[in-house]
Amino acid sequence: MNVVTPPDKLTPKDFATDQEVRWCPGCGDYAILKAMQRTLPDIGATKENTVFVSGIGCAARFPYYMATYGFHTIHGRAPAVATGIKLANPDLDVWVVTGDGDALSIGGNHLLHVLRRNVNLQILLFNNEIYGLTKGQYSPTSRAGTRSPSTPWGSIETPVSATAFALGAGARFVARSVDTMQSHLPEVFKRAHEHIGASFVEIFQNCIVYNDGVFSQFTARDVADDSEILLEHGKPLIFGKERTLGLRVKPGLFELEVVTIGKDGVTEKDILIHDETNRGLADMLARMEQPTFPVAIGVIYCLPSPSYEDGVKAHMIEAKKLGAGNDINALLRRGHTWTIPG
Amino acid sequence: MPRQETLKKNSGQVHPRQELGSAVVRFAGDSGDGIQFTGSQFTQSTAMSGNDLATFPDFPAEIRAPAGTIFGVSAFQINFGADVIKTSGDDCDMIVALNPAALKAELPELKKSGFIVADTGAFTERNLHKAHFKANPLEDGSLSAYRLFELDISEMTLEAVKEFDLSKKGALRCKNMWALGFVYWMYDRNRQPTIDWLNQKFANNPNVAAANIKALNAGHAFGETAEISHDVHGFSIGQADIAPGEYRTVTGAEALTWGLVAGAKLVDLKLTFCSYPITPATSILHYLSNLMEFDVVTFQAEDEIAAICSAIGASYAGALGVTSSSGPGIALKGEAMGLAITTELPLIIINSQRAGPSTGMPTKTEQSDLYQAVFGRNGDSPLVVLAARSPSDCFDIAIEAIRLATKYMTPVIILTDAYIGNAAEPWLIPDVGEYQATPVKFRTDPEGFKPFLRDEKTLARPWAVPGTPGLEHRIGGLEKNAETGHISYDSENHQRMTDARAAKINGIADDLQPQTTDEGPETGKLAVVGWGSTYGAINRAVNALRGEGLEVSHIHLRHIWPLPKNLGSLLSGFENVLVPEMNTGQLITLLRSEYLVDAQGLNKVSGQPFKIFEIETAIRAQLEK
Repeated sequence: MNVVTPPDKLTPKDFATDQEVRWCPGCGDYAILKAMQRTLPDIGATKENTVFVSGIGCAARFPYYMATYGFHTIHGRAPAVATGIKLANPDLDVWVVTGDGDALSIGGNHLLHVLRRNVNLQILLFNNEIYGLTKGQYSPTSRAGTRSPSTPWGSIETPVSATAFALGAGARFVARSVDTMQSHLPEVFKRAHEHIGASFVEIFQNCIVYNDGVFSQFTARDVADDSEILLEHGKPLIFGKERTLGLRVKPGLFELEVVTIGKDGVTEKDILIHDETNRGLADMLARMEQPTFPVAIGVIYCLPSPSYEDGVKAHMIEAKKLGAGNDINALLRRGHTWTIPG
Repeated sequence: MPRQETLKKNSGQVHPRQELGSAVVRFAGDSGDGIQFTGSQFTQSTAMSGNDLATFPDFPAEIRAPAGTIFGVSAFQINFGADVIKTSGDDCDMIVALNPAALKAELPELKKSGFIVADTGAFTERNLHKAHFKANPLEDGSLSAYRLFELDISEMTLEAVKEFDLSKKGALRCKNMWALGFVYWMYDRNRQPTIDWLNQKFANNPNVAAANIKALNAGHAFGETAEISHDVHGFSIGQADIAPGEYRTVTGAEALTWGLVAGAKLVDLKLTFCSYPITPATSILHYLSNLMEFDVVTFQAEDEIAAICSAIGASYAGALGVTSSSGPGIALKGEAMGLAITTELPLIIINSQRAGPSTGMPTKTEQSDLYQAVFGRNGDSPLVVLAARSPSDCFDIAIEAIRLATKYMTPVIILTDAYIGNAAEPWLIPDVGEYQATPVKFRTDPEGFKPFLRDEKTLARPWAVPGTPGLEHRIGGLEKNAETGHISYDSENHQRMTDARAAKINGIADDLQPQTTDEGPETGKLAVVGWGSTYGAINRAVNALRGEGLEVSHIHLRHIWPLPKNLGSLLSGFENVLVPEMNTGQLITLLRSEYLVDAQGLNKVSGQPFKIFEIETAIRAQLEK
């Protein structure tokens, strides 16, 4: 009798390929790769059922380093390729890895539509506010005034907020994390993976060569507590080293303000409770910027709704039930035919 | 005084109908007049009368152009007869003009002494002005070279349907059926299929159905009873010598749709069709969207690029990815085609060609995307290009494209065009069971698996789809190691991969039937070489001139790339080669560069298909050289 031994639980190592990782030393992508390789065993992912799809850019090399199926496609189009994969086989677990230029410039249209359609996959946007692979030009998320080889006088464009864009496109799961947050990142990946529908995760990722420290005014260890707010569903929106800062609705106005608990009569009761399912709150949290507000980190919005593939599947079942059958010879003879006698 | 009163009532004397071998009728009116419906009904009835036929729907790009204008004229031409037909005909024998603009636009298509059926009720001052007529052509003698039937179709339609209490506008919408009834009488067609169709189409509105049927019958009755001319008593056309079997009419778009469904079934794959709406390719998306019970998934993508990319994704995941567009959309798909070529995934790309460049003339036909299909990508990026020759041929082309794409792991472009996409012809319905099934076998064995290790014979790489344990691998647009598929910038490897991609496509020529002639012997004075929708016109021209004893043969290519292996030697058997194309000379460039043959071009880019006499004239000129 054969003894079937249950396969050992996969480890992060099982998800690493033998390919030499070619990102610049110190690139934030290494940390994200590590977090992903740690996450997959925990969520019970299998190598054969997992597919990483990317476009073009530094982030887009990600699939080559994951020992799963992987498709490194063309610039901006990963969401479209991933949609086709899900149409053909909805059971595959698809992760799209993209960057700020890939997702929000050349591929902006596809990102809009994959989110709007709610295709059941995860999109990880590595935002470093710069074009790295083409040597440092400003990107659509670069702040106004960014000096780069193509903007020697400083960028004159208003940057796009990735999370506000995602919410505007109708995304039902929007979250944020930071490359260096090694315990937070896997938790966000798990939440994104759990969510049925298109999950959008923006990861602030440091480009050590062309945009080093661009997020440090809120991610640096000494300032993070006072300039980031970690969102937790059902918990008050409190932050700060002393946990005395909080967010509340400004009296008489439809906007948020930062208040200090214990000051001007503000108590913890005045502080807003985070509700992931509240779209209006999500919009305001996504738009919070330094220095007026802390930067929101964590799950900003999560409201599950049926995925695109579920809709297709439902129509398929309906068509098979109500349609005229699947005999091709009969199909060719639908409508008017006539016979010439022999 | 209403004009028709001048017509004498039929004296009761029975006149025999005049026998014709074939006839060409063109219906024309406003784009809101239901001309295309009228034409397709005439087609149906004619097919069921046992005639051979071919049609040419010719309509404006505007959905509802301002009424009465020349650019809003919609036309439908049908050539039918007891002989072999194959084209929608050269000059028309009859034009049915439902307004002055239609007469103005279509008169150049009418042969001298041909018939004009004009709705005098629509020849108002306002409509004449809109059609830029200074005087009423029905009255100023300018139509003296033709046979003119002036009928107040508008008024007679209103009279016929008055019992149905329709608005005047609603009642006038039945006038196409009155005209159709009249032409049915003229050519001795059966009205019943149209009556059945009207009852079905207006099932929810029996009053409108009844009004249309009344108008149809009134037009027919008018023909029967009015003495419209002392020497015209209607025509009859004998049955064509047609092979026995079950027939239907089919357009290129329908045949292509069904061919895709059949082809996918024959290779045992599910079809994922991803497309973005574009004229004249959209009908395929519409038709396939209604065939989900055949495991067809259709996806209306956000743009042309997303359409091809999602099709590539579908193929990557083990379905058959298909995308469809017209020239401008195909241009946008170029980069993604390169991705499918370098990742060596099966993919079908349909180009329903239209007049270009840029937006060009969206509803008008042309064959000007051959360069784009064969050469239009960055890098050395070979793929397979097939061209359909007729509406029904689209069925076999789709099946062959799918067989080649899956056997050789390659994108295949199908070239069709606005003409064959919309045109209809009778089709001897095939039995799909008689086509050879070539089911795809995905790679499942991890032993010795390398993503780019090729099959020795076909040079195809294995198709290993996500979800298969042990075959996890990464592919992409960067150059890959010739076996492992890992990224490789090695110079020798790139040479090897470029050569392998080319050799794989060139090798497909070994899998094709040798090229033969469609008409005439395989050597001689002149070969006329065509491709795509010029088939009918070339074939009829060559056939007619061979009947006169001229030494000319017809070679028609369906394999544009790779070209058939024996084509060079076949061409060398002819003293001269003539290449008619609806472009400024694209296939001819290919033939000249591949075979150093001194071919001569016959080129037409008017948005209209070739006429038979145009090709005959060119053949005569070649032979008289």
